[in-house]
Amino acid sequence: MHGLINRSIECFLRDTYGQAAWDDVARRAALPVQGFEAMLAYEDALTFDMLDAASGLLGRGRADLLEDFGTYLVAHPRVEALRRLLRFGGETFRDFLHSLDDLPDRARLAVPDLGLPHLELRDISTDRFSLRVRGDHASMGAVFVGILRAMADDYGALVFLEASAVSQTVEDIAITLLEDRFARGRDFDLSQAAP
Amino acid sequence: MTVQRRVEQRGEAKADPGLQDPDWTRAVFDRLMPMHLLVCATGHILHTGPTLQKILPEGSLVGQRFLEVFRVLRPSNVQAIAPLMMADGMKLHLSLRRDAKTAFKGVAVADQNRGLITINLSFGIGIVDAVRRFNLTGADFAPNDLTIEMLYLIEAKSAAMEESRQLNTRLQTAMIAAEERAFTDGLTGLKNRRAMDHLLTQAAADDAPFAVMNIDLDFFKSVNDTLGHAAGDHVLIRVAEILNATLREADHIARVGGDEFMVILTDATKPSHMLQTAKKLIAQIETPIPYGDQMCRISASIGIAVSGDYADPAPDTMSHDADVALYASKRRGRAQATLYTAELGDMTENSATVRPTRRDGD
Repeated sequence: MHGLINRSIECFLRDTYGQAAWDDVARRAALPVQGFEAMLAYEDALTFDMLDAASGLLGRGRADLLEDFGTYLVAHPRVEALRRLLRFGGETFRDFLHSLDDLPDRARLAVPDLGLPHLELRDISTDRFSLRVRGDHASMGAVFVGILRAMADDYGALVFLEASAVSQTVEDIAITLLEDRFARGRDFDLSQAAP
Repeated sequence: MTVQRRVEQRGEAKADPGLQDPDWTRAVFDRLMPMHLLVCATGHILHTGPTLQKILPEGSLVGQRFLEVFRVLRPSNVQAIAPLMMADGMKLHLSLRRDAKTAFKGVAVADQNRGLITINLSFGIGIVDAVRRFNLTGADFAPNDLTIEMLYLIEAKSAAMEESRQLNTRLQTAMIAAEERAFTDGLTGLKNRRAMDHLLTQAAADDAPFAVMNIDLDFFKSVNDTLGHAAGDHVLIRVAEILNATLREADHIARVGGDEFMVILTDATKPSHMLQTAKKLIAQIETPIPYGDQMCRISASIGIAVSGDYADPAPDTMSHDADVALYASKRRGRAQATLYTAELGDMTENSATVRPTRRDGD
């Protein structure tokens, strides 16, 4: 798994549950002492060891944890850069949904070996959609449930989400868009704030 | 084929209903090219796309002269409306007259019959600044415009590049630390033999005079044997402190064996000074070193070889000779310092019983 993903999970665990919890996870899963490097690649097994250790320590299922991770990716100030990149997907949450098919390609332009799951959005009716997540690993759909939920908040849209497994590595997320402009949402300037 | 000819051809066949309806044409242009403008033969602006109007909000552009609002930088001969009409299809470089920083790329399409010029503009490479300066949003670009994609790429690539830069910095720091460890004696923090090999080779290659001083602790083994290795380590650390405090910053100090130290004295020309320094070191090392409620008593034997004595101060020869001198110190009853001389060397060579190697422990 790409270091960027491992590093993000590491930051999620540390920012959400504290340094001590992370140290515990790192010890249980025999993770690199310095933590993950975002721009290096790691064995897939390491990622799942980390998730299993976190599940065990925190007493939460993997899907639960991954959904929170997805939300963290959008909502936490530390990963503001990612929220911004996702907001480039469109002016409204609806536009954003329609940009999801392109997301793996967009990600590949920035980080060629990132390896995101394949995404396919189907329009069921004006306000109902279904997102098929097809990855190399199980439970990746949960991450996208978290991302979609947080992005809906970001745009100020009101949605109802429900994930269901199609097979071991394929998941469908049913998306019902209850209201486009439920709340004000967060601002998005095309130009990046000066550092 | 120019638009003009195409229009003529169409006129011959059957008039295009779209072109008959200027409102419809404008709506299409506004949607597809929100930064276009329409200029008539007198040079006055007849219409502007919504994004262009947004970035020039002080009063409508309509009615102003195009060349009074914009400066055409290239082609450089376009300073009036007639040459602009002739620049049909050419790539234009423009800037705002009141703000030269705002630059555009553009293309003009001239309809000579009707005396109309349609000019479509873009920000070109200045897009990142323009987006910030004019507060542009996705809605200010045509949905199929690649500008948003480009902004996304710039931001994504910059983020990835920044991560890589940070990784490189961390790797470099780690590399420097690893190199330093590879050349450092872990116990005393002095240099190690590997570092000394490099430094000696370097010193031999330079012109500056230098000396090699080999130091062997006396009675160290008995400290180890009676008080234990921790006491031995304590003594070694104390000796390193003495060496660091007594020798100059420019000298190189290493621990090259259990109780063996090696010093490269830089800019060393006066043998008498070196002997003096060596004796000072011995005196300090002989000061009893407290360890717990015990006292560790050691001394040191020293041998020195000076580069000035050699036509070719080869590192191997000099450290060998410093050892010969060190051995002479030991033979003279320890706690001595000896300068290497050719006679000393001859004596050693001629003596079957004397070997210029040292044994650890005394």
